Amino acid sequence: MRMKLTAAAAIALTALPLAASADGEVNIYSYRQAYLLEPLLNAFEKDTGIKANVVFAKQGLAERLEREGRNSPADVVMTVDISRLNELVERDLVQGIQNDVLEENIPENLRQPDGKWFGLTTRARLIYTSKERVKEGEITTYEQLADDKWDNRICTRSGKHPYNIALISSMISHHGEAETEAWLKGVKDNLARKPQGGDRDQIKAIAEGVCDVAIGNSYYYGNMLQDESQRPAAEAVRLVFPNADGRGTHINVSGIALTKSAPNRDNAIKLMEFLSSPEAQGIYATANTEYPANPHIKPTGLVAEWGPVHPDSLSLQEIADNRNAAVKLVDRVDYDGE
Amino acid sequence: MSEAATSVDPGLTPPLLAKRTSRRWLFSAILTTAIVALPVLSVIFLAFFPEENIWPHLMDTTLPRYLVTTLKLMTGVGAITLVIGLASAWAVTMCEFPGRKFFEWAMLLPFAVPAYVIAYVYTSLLDYAGPVQGALRDWFGWTSAADYWFPEIRSLEGATLMLGLVLYPYVYLLARAAFLEQSPSLFAVSRSLGHSALSTFFKVVLPIARPAVAVGLSLVLMETLNDFGTVDFFAVQTLTAGLFDTWMNLGNIGGAAQIATTMLIFVVILVTLERYSRRRQQQYAGRDNRDPIRRFTMSFPRQLVCVAVCALPVIFGFVIPGVTLGVYAWEYFDDSWNPAFIRNTFNSLFLSGTAALTTLLIGVTLAYSRRLHDTRGMQVLMRLSSLGYAMPGAVLAIGVIMPMAGFDNWLDTLMRNTFNVSTGLLLSGSAFAIVYAYTVRFLAVSAGSVESALQKITPSMDMASRSLGNSPGKTLVKVHLPMLRGTLVTAALVVFVDCMKELPATLILRPFNFETLATYVYQFASDERLYHSALPALIIVLAGILPIILMSRSISNSRSMT
Repeated sequence: MRMKLTAAAAIALTALPLAASADGEVNIYSYRQAYLLEPLLNAFEKDTGIKANVVFAKQGLAERLEREGRNSPADVVMTVDISRLNELVERDLVQGIQNDVLEENIPENLRQPDGKWFGLTTRARLIYTSKERVKEGEITTYEQLADDKWDNRICTRSGKHPYNIALISSMISHHGEAETEAWLKGVKDNLARKPQGGDRDQIKAIAEGVCDVAIGNSYYYGNMLQDESQRPAAEAVRLVFPNADGRGTHINVSGIALTKSAPNRDNAIKLMEFLSSPEAQGIYATANTEYPANPHIKPTGLVAEWGPVHPDSLSLQEIADNRNAAVKLVDRVDYDGE
Repeated sequence: MSEAATSVDPGLTPPLLAKRTSRRWLFSAILTTAIVALPVLSVIFLAFFPEENIWPHLMDTTLPRYLVTTLKLMTGVGAITLVIGLASAWAVTMCEFPGRKFFEWAMLLPFAVPAYVIAYVYTSLLDYAGPVQGALRDWFGWTSAADYWFPEIRSLEGATLMLGLVLYPYVYLLARAAFLEQSPSLFAVSRSLGHSALSTFFKVVLPIARPAVAVGLSLVLMETLNDFGTVDFFAVQTLTAGLFDTWMNLGNIGGAAQIATTMLIFVVILVTLERYSRRRQQQYAGRDNRDPIRRFTMSFPRQLVCVAVCALPVIFGFVIPGVTLGVYAWEYFDDSWNPAFIRNTFNSLFLSGTAALTTLLIGVTLAYSRRLHDTRGMQVLMRLSSLGYAMPGAVLAIGVIMPMAGFDNWLDTLMRNTFNVSTGLLLSGSAFAIVYAYTVRFLAVSAGSVESALQKITPSMDMASRSLGNSPGKTLVKVHLPMLRGTLVTAALVVFVDCMKELPATLILRPFNFETLATYVYQFASDERLYHSALPALIIVLAGILPIILMSRSISNSRSMT
């Protein structure tokens, strides 16, 4: 027994409580890969001397935050999708802030009215088509994805992925549940293979001749063009900004929220201000080919080449509200099934 | 509890101890079990009080699908691992063929490769752009995917194969240990009575090895049930995939916990079946453990078969993925080699080592308590404590965070009110939380194997030692542990390698700025950047190899080989 106590003591010594409120630090819970944030956080540290610590996870951060309660070390949560921002608000895990810098830098439609979250970048959900096998203008809307014409010619990632869920939510807003279900069934019937992989894999699939049409986010295409080994695949596809002549292209947002418990509140707000600043917004646009939320930043390079986006004016809140309906719809249709 | 403690199960032995000391063992077993069962219970608690009742939706749409797919996957993986594990264990233990000594330990190599890594590797090799299909296209002059048919690796069959290739060592390891511990005289007797080698294998060898093989197989099935990395990557809709889906996409932890509880039922069935197969099976190895095993000498074609049986799983489960990772790691070396990488390596080794020792201590305590006290209550405790293994890592992590955060917040409030000092998050958000989760999750490995090894030691040993005035504790240290050495080393190392590979719980529980190799690999691989994850993945694999060699040695040394 004594042996076990010794072991327990040894383990207890390895429990290193976090210096949650050390001077000059800020703690981030992130749904976004740490390496994607690195250039931004390095720039932040250079400007302010504040060191940013990141915990990345694919899921469960809201849950973790809730359990940790007022002792949570997290100052901010960063997400890549509107629904997760909304979840934080609904679980009452974040605090609203009134901040002139943020309100100046982030347009009203990209932030929560009470300042409970702020969008940092937007990304358009696009249709990729094969330059070889699909003529320009042959498909221009999300609705057409269900046409018989594309039978056995479409590839997408899992219907359950937040990016697709948000798109389906927006379809529900525009067409109602019944019509959206019929549409999704139609898209499923047109799939060339079981939904799999990520957005880049869909671009590769077109290049390989597995399918002719796919759905994916704008910046994946940009990132592939910047990567030596993936460029040929990206060059085989054409970007289509769906519904550009109608209601506009579906966009989603990546954003940041200040936690209720933030132990380094001032540093966290500095970070939020920095991420909305021209400098950081420029990094987002060039390094990850996303659309900056800050309207004063002109897209450069690739993003500029794609031309202006006509975004769907649907409110992000409504997309978040339809999320559950969208998920259940994907289940009913068995979109990801064989 | 104390009443239960006095009613002795007729199955095993007369009570081996006086009342006073027995209480201590019993108490420590109960305490241990409580610590282990806590996260499991908190998840079950969540399941009964969900925020939104999602059962109707699940039942109507996805649950039947998840169930069927899970059963198919488990059946397939179980069959593959049994065939590979038993055939190779038998070959290296009982047959003489070139390379036998090498294969003794080489069979374990795929153990070092995480299932999700092997899935990434084979996907990159076998997909359209990969070298295999590329060569075929060149050869036949095909130009696009529309020109020919090629099997789809991202499928149920693909996942079955991937999991089978990296999980068969469980069966191999335990089967081989059992074959080695077997008395050669049994085999000789059966042969002298006119049975062929094959018939002896099925009539004598396998029944004796069954308890160990059952443990191995149940571990395989639990691992299969728990896998998320592979089924997620291949879009195979198992219960675990559904659980993550309910949690991540519906944001419904209660619904996820309900699915987790469904999975627990699976596990209870597994554990029950495994126990049932061991029912009333008491073999006590005689004192002839010193006898050398006499291996068969065989004709050349038969030797070739032996080589093939052993070589193929190693080639597909280890060599090909290893070489592929090596090539990628070489090409992307400059990108991947940095100080963070060294730090993460140490983190992984440290956490896994601590967890391995902890599970061993608790496993021995539990198994020995049960030996002293084989009561209904003790059996229930034993079974309860091994349930953690069935909990999907991510859900277990939530189960760990809940009670820990509760304790931290309670202590913090208490200290603030009493001494005006804040203790903050003492346990959650520290390395302790991860070690705790690992311990809960892998206790079944050590407790199960220690228990099945203990059952082979005749109670007369205990009685002899006790009648010479040794306490139960002393008897354990002086008599049992030396006899169990091989099993203990094996169990600790199996847990170690498992922890090195563990992903979901580590992701959720790890403190700030704290990465393990597995989380590091995952960051890149899940983002479709396999090349960058090759080096850390390779290190996980290499770290896993060293214990494998030691493990194999310790088994071989557990009896003198000639």
